[in-house]
Amino acid sequence: MGEFSAEGAAFMASNTKTNPKVGLFVTCLVDLYRPSVGFAAIKLLEDAGCTVEVPDAQTCCGQPAFNSGDLPDTRAIARQVIDAFEGFDYVVAPSGSCAGMIHEHYPALFADEPETAQRAQHLSKRTHELVSFLVDVMGVEGVDAKLDGSVTYHDSCSGLRELGVKAQPRKLLSTVKGLSLTELPSAEICCGFGGTFCIKYPDISDKMVTDKVTDVAATGAATLLAGDLGCLLNMAGKIKRLGHTTKVRHVAEVLADMADQPGIGDGKA
Amino acid sequence: MDSTSKNFKANSRRALDDSTLQRALGNIKTGFQEKRRQVTSELPEFEALRDQGRDIKNHVLANLDFYLERFEEKVVENGGVVHWCRTPEEARKTILDIAKTRNAQTVTKGKSMVAEEIGLNDYLEENGIEPVETDLGEYIIQLRHEPPSHIIAPAIHVTREQIAEDFRKHHTDLDPERRLETPQDFTDEARAKLRDRYFAADVGVTGANFLIAETGSTVIVTNEGNGDMTQLLGKCHVVIASLEKIVPTLEDASTILRLLARSATGQEMSVYTTFSTGPRRAKDLDGPEEFHVVLLDNGRSAMLGTEFQDMLRCIRCAACMNHCPVYAAVGGHAYGWVYPGPMGAVLTPSLIGVEEAGHLPNASTFCGRCESVCPMRIPLPKMMRHYRTREFERDLGSPRVKSALKLWAGLATRPKLYRFATGIVMRVLGALGGKAGKFKSLPLAGGWTKVRDMPAPQGKTFHQLYAEKKRVA
Repeated sequence: MGEFSAEGAAFMASNTKTNPKVGLFVTCLVDLYRPSVGFAAIKLLEDAGCTVEVPDAQTCCGQPAFNSGDLPDTRAIARQVIDAFEGFDYVVAPSGSCAGMIHEHYPALFADEPETAQRAQHLSKRTHELVSFLVDVMGVEGVDAKLDGSVTYHDSCSGLRELGVKAQPRKLLSTVKGLSLTELPSAEICCGFGGTFCIKYPDISDKMVTDKVTDVAATGAATLLAGDLGCLLNMAGKIKRLGHTTKVRHVAEVLADMADQPGIGDGKA
Repeated sequence: MDSTSKNFKANSRRALDDSTLQRALGNIKTGFQEKRRQVTSELPEFEALRDQGRDIKNHVLANLDFYLERFEEKVVENGGVVHWCRTPEEARKTILDIAKTRNAQTVTKGKSMVAEEIGLNDYLEENGIEPVETDLGEYIIQLRHEPPSHIIAPAIHVTREQIAEDFRKHHTDLDPERRLETPQDFTDEARAKLRDRYFAADVGVTGANFLIAETGSTVIVTNEGNGDMTQLLGKCHVVIASLEKIVPTLEDASTILRLLARSATGQEMSVYTTFSTGPRRAKDLDGPEEFHVVLLDNGRSAMLGTEFQDMLRCIRCAACMNHCPVYAAVGGHAYGWVYPGPMGAVLTPSLIGVEEAGHLPNASTFCGRCESVCPMRIPLPKMMRHYRTREFERDLGSPRVKSALKLWAGLATRPKLYRFATGIVMRVLGALGGKAGKFKSLPLAGGWTKVRDMPAPQGKTFHQLYAEKKRVA
């Protein structure tokens, strides 16, 4: 998983730090709920030397349909994404879950359509989660950002297990001035979001997210960070319901030094 | 065994409300997970072994008929008998007939999930034969009249206090004041109770972790030695095993044995690994007079050549359920049939039908932890998704969810319309929720707001803001 062919690696090396053209896959949740994460992603990518464009004809990666067993709609949405992101050196998403969908699952959707499968394969190879792209592909060593206080970090499942996102966010967070990271002991255990799972099985999801935010509170960290808005909305929702004071943010907001707006689930001051 | 998988939601609600069960489930993390992590980190070739294990089983599944026939030849050569059984009914009947031929009053049993699958204990009892479970966990749940809740730790849902209570209730001949607190206390008492039963048993039934084609041997792994007593002291040894347990050679079995205990209990090897090859020979000091292998299909051969074939690589180590956050939340009984956790979420619909067990492949967040620890690299989430696809195609799920999904997909494939509609909704939600930053409840979002707040969106969508910026620039 997450490995590249020699050809792919050479292609990347040739492009690294030389102003690659990046298509930003905003993701539906960032588009609808938290546009600030999208603008943070643009800033981080531009700071790393990328030229960023946001194709118009994008909505969602298709996961809600895919994980509900609706393959015809999944294919229709995937075709739209494949078309929209033709011609970019890289496609980057501020989400391990959506990047994982394109990277891990798109090619197999078109087993019966060799031509589309080939295009899906080509897209898959160019698609990355934001923070791992910055570190692994663009060679970013640090960021110019400041956040006073302690944070803890939740490893979202798809990013962690499908794309190997683990060390990269920690590496960049360690360069944020004033920030100290307290590791979350259960960082690799699912928060109970799981897309439609959390509304289909709310009781079980509740148990999982309660355990998670209890662990978060036990770290004593002032802020909880993660790289996926789905997990963040779930955990923030529970934190607010329980009346905990932990702030919740997408990691990109902190890395881009754009953590001045209210946290997820916090009111406007 | 009858299934209650259809009631998964109610079963899990009950499990979540059961504070004793929740306390018992709390031990999984420190027990199984930490031990597995430790022992696998000490074996540099563990990942390479996983590849080898997967390849051995894939080869077997591609040549299953060949290896099964070879296994039978060897068993017969050794003086044993193989019984081919398509269904649980056939397997139960076969074992009963063997027991009747020996005029059996009692049957001792080593731990076997396949015996659970065919409902052997109830059937023997109905026919006047007493089954005696000899594995400590199985012994405990037999006293409690419960099915196992875990495939290698059948009584994981029972606390020590409950075990002490059960033992006092059933072992009335013992000193009521005796100490019953530690696992050692329980083991000592069960051992004393079981000792005579082994000698008195006419038939000993065990499962098998492996069937070895080249030698006709069956293999069990145990930690208590009860399996050895069951199969050596009974006059007749009956092995009940499903057909995918076959491996070609002794060497293949040893390769997979290196994965099994490490993945299961976090041991390098189980305490006992016992190979049985036919009945007692003339010069053997001990061993059973008869040796039978009851080979169960029960739907497995129908999985060959389908997208569920990989599931037949499973070696029943339980690593998937030991690492599953859903299993950890609700325990094994909620799944409603023999096999719980992620492996059960694929195997149960395969064996008893997706109509019956449709909840199980849906009750997963696809966090992928099961696949990441599976020693046989079974793509469990992918196969659960295949079942969701079947359910969707056959309209087995909720019609309301399906229409909502269709409506959403219709929008998502029309970016301009999507942009327009979501732009309005988010502006309204942002305006309504902006001050508090969250909603305590929202129409159509009851599943979400029942247990957590819904954070309010920031207001304008990213695409609106981005378009505005571009116009300014």
